[in-house]
Amino acid sequence: MTVIETRDLRKEFTVRVKSGWLGRRTRMVAAVDGIALTVQRGEMVGYIGPNGAGKSTTLKMLTGVLYPSAGQVRVCGLEPVPQRTRLARRIGVVFGQRSQLWWDLPLRDSFALLRHVYAVPATEHAGRLAHCRRLLDLDAFLDVPVRQLSLGQRMRGELTAALLHGPEVLFLDEPTIGLDLVSKQAVRAFLAALGAAGDTTIVLTTHDLADIERLCRRLVVIDQGRIVHDGSLDELHARYGSRRRLVVDLDEPLATPLALPGVMVESMQANGRRITYALDSTTAAGDLVSRLAQAAALRDISVLEPDIEDVVARLYTRQATP
Amino acid sequence: MAYRHLLEAQVRSQAQYRASLAVDVAGSVLFGVLDIVSVVVLFRVTPTLGGFSFAEVFLMTALATCAFATADLVVGNVERLRQYVRSGLFDALLVRPLSSLAQLVAMDVATRRVGRVAFGVVMLVLAAAKAPVEFTPARLVLLLMTPIAGAVIFGAVFVATATVAFWWIESGEIANGLTYGGLNFTQYPITIYGALFRRLFAYAVGFAFVAYYPTLALVDRPDPLGAPAFLGYAAPAIAVMAAVAAGLLWRTGVRHYRSTGS
Repeated sequence: MTVIETRDLRKEFTVRVKSGWLGRRTRMVAAVDGIALTVQRGEMVGYIGPNGAGKSTTLKMLTGVLYPSAGQVRVCGLEPVPQRTRLARRIGVVFGQRSQLWWDLPLRDSFALLRHVYAVPATEHAGRLAHCRRLLDLDAFLDVPVRQLSLGQRMRGELTAALLHGPEVLFLDEPTIGLDLVSKQAVRAFLAALGAAGDTTIVLTTHDLADIERLCRRLVVIDQGRIVHDGSLDELHARYGSRRRLVVDLDEPLATPLALPGVMVESMQANGRRITYALDSTTAAGDLVSRLAQAAALRDISVLEPDIEDVVARLYTRQATP
Repeated sequence: MAYRHLLEAQVRSQAQYRASLAVDVAGSVLFGVLDIVSVVVLFRVTPTLGGFSFAEVFLMTALATCAFATADLVVGNVERLRQYVRSGLFDALLVRPLSSLAQLVAMDVATRRVGRVAFGVVMLVLAAAKAPVEFTPARLVLLLMTPIAGAVIFGAVFVATATVAFWWIESGEIANGLTYGGLNFTQYPITIYGALFRRLFAYAVGFAFVAYYPTLALVDRPDPLGAPAFLGYAAPAIAVMAAVAAGLLWRTGVRHYRSTGS
């Protein structure tokens, strides 16, 4: 069942540009420039791209916040802006920076209020809240005013708030931004469980590759308002040759350079005592490490995952220079 | 009802800052006092104003104050739309299954302004007793309906001026000019204003229906400017028109909402 469908979706903004002294010209800028996206029920889609690529703008058109300049958009079979209030009952939204919670009231009160806002039957509401309390460890701060919560606690509250009415689609805009590692993991584990249950379609934007790896089988990359990749993370890495890096510190430089298929020396520092290898996606770091350990005394090793920004940046420059 | 719960939450939130609330309520009473004092002071230098006696102008002022204070209490904070638009917080209202305007109103009711309303009601009772009104059932209904209709007219002006923020975030003083300026305008008989000013505010915006025409009907006087007598009872109809116009303007504004980055 198709949950989200867009065709030629566009959003243009007028931007005022200074020209000369006193003069001002207006210019149209397409933040979203013809996006076609189809998402089936139960999918988890990671929506990524550099800052200003149009991720949030797309999300806002899908949720009925922004009115598209052109093109079609359907979410749960509804047209987001004209049918905004009907759609709102069927979707959940977490926009990291725009809280759904009441700043001055205890977290518990926000949840009670949202029950009335969405007109959720009391038993359903209580059941979902109990579920979230357990999985997200909310009990310790349910009675604390929202303004006093840590970012991680608040984000767990936001997630709960977005789910209490049992939405069919959950939109998350940078749900892990600024969180500490423990909170990030809690949020990811929770979303993973939600996605695995299969009833909820999840669309999230992120800058954190770990979010994508942990959560999303499907990855949609946009840049300058256009989709540049729609597929799995592995496909993206295979297609654009992104590599993990292994940095090793050795007591002595290697006597003979190491030759392994899929491994390339990227750089050498400290007279050959620090080597950075680039590994392609099929090569296991373990093989390289064991070969190195035989050849020389290892002092330290670290693995650097490919950076999504890096991949996207590369992907874009590749397109610019065919 | 969802809005009732939002309203209660707002009252509870504001009650958290109790000391500040008490000071604000007292301050709001003071605003009410100033509304009246300015009229009293004027009549110390002149026996009539625009052809009207103190008792008549006092009645207009009391009606205008009641209407304005009620609108200010309920929708006065809609001017905070500017902050919601600038910060992008308006997004959060749009993803809920409720009217964005009603949410904004319910979430920003300024309980502290209740003092001015209470003072306005006291003044209205005094003014109605002092003014030369021969009370009939129709006039009694008129006296009760007028502040409500006036509040709706002021409310519509509050909403309409706030919507400017959808197009132009740096809007500011224009809104105050029409709302707070509107209060000063409606406190006095429209006969004292110049023709252009009168046409613009009294007729086009509808401010003449807040206090002036109803007062004429209450004290049973013909309009010195020659308007038909039935206009004294027309305020509710004007109020409905103003509310509809403001609602349409709001809807158009929401479609122009640009949100903010990220």
